[in-house]
Amino acid sequence: MPALPDILFYVFAYLTLLCGVLVVANPFSRNPVTSAMFLVLTILSMAGLFVLLHAFFLAAVQILVYAGAVMVLFLFVIMLLDLKEEERRRIKMFGLVGGLVSAGAIALILLKTLRAAGSGADAPGPSLEGNPVPLGKLLFTQYLLPFEVVSVLLLVAMVGVILLSKKDSK
Amino acid sequence: MHVGLEHYLVVSALLFCLGLLGVITRRNLLVMYMSLELMLNAANLALVAFSRFNHNLNGQVLVFFIITVAAAEVSVGLALIVALYRRRQSAHVEDLTTMKL
Repeated sequence: MPALPDILFYVFAYLTLLCGVLVVANPFSRNPVTSAMFLVLTILSMAGLFVLLHAFFLAAVQILVYAGAVMVLFLFVIMLLDLKEEERRRIKMFGLVGGLVSAGAIALILLKTLRAAGSGADAPGPSLEGNPVPLGKLLFTQYLLPFEVVSVLLLVAMVGVILLSKKDSK
Repeated sequence: MHVGLEHYLVVSALLFCLGLLGVITRRNLLVMYMSLELMLNAANLALVAFSRFNHNLNGQVLVFFIITVAAAEVSVGLALIVALYRRRQSAHVEDLTTMKL
């Protein structure tokens, strides 16, 4: 009888991969909105995997930032652009074959590497809890400079987006 | 069977390849962008798994930064797509083959 976390791992892993497949190649609908919705599901089940890895704070951030902010942005843009004609386009055979071959090759390489590496790390011993306090301490001591640089990056992105999306005033 | 590091890494590798497949096969800019997000998420999953099984929080801090940078990247990229759509009335890479607007 496997333990509950193991069962949950398989549930979330299959859910993540299934929804990932449906983002990329949904046999029923080529609509970008469907892709976006399945991406939300992928992100949610990945937050479940984060919880299983005891990264509780990251799971919350994943849901808030990805499933909340980023996906809302995606949906806004999809609604803004009228993408009706997407459904009529056909997937090029050449692109499909090339994509399948290259993605399959990379999958093969990665899985072979994983097999060759063997099982180095065993079950986690004294558990490392990903709760906010140690994470915040690390973030504000050792990683203070990257933290500040990221805030500047966000400011730059914000100014850039405003500049890009302004109407041309020539 | 006990779930170890390899299980998470296999899921992460498969997810990365799915994202790659999406970027190569789909021709819609928005769906390609979503596939990119899928690849970033795969990297995040691998980092969190490493962080958990090596008893080291640095991986989680890196994931934190990746999420922030991905949010900035998504906002800039979507603004570019909207600006492009305004000029060309299309978000399809096959219509966007010339560099000159």
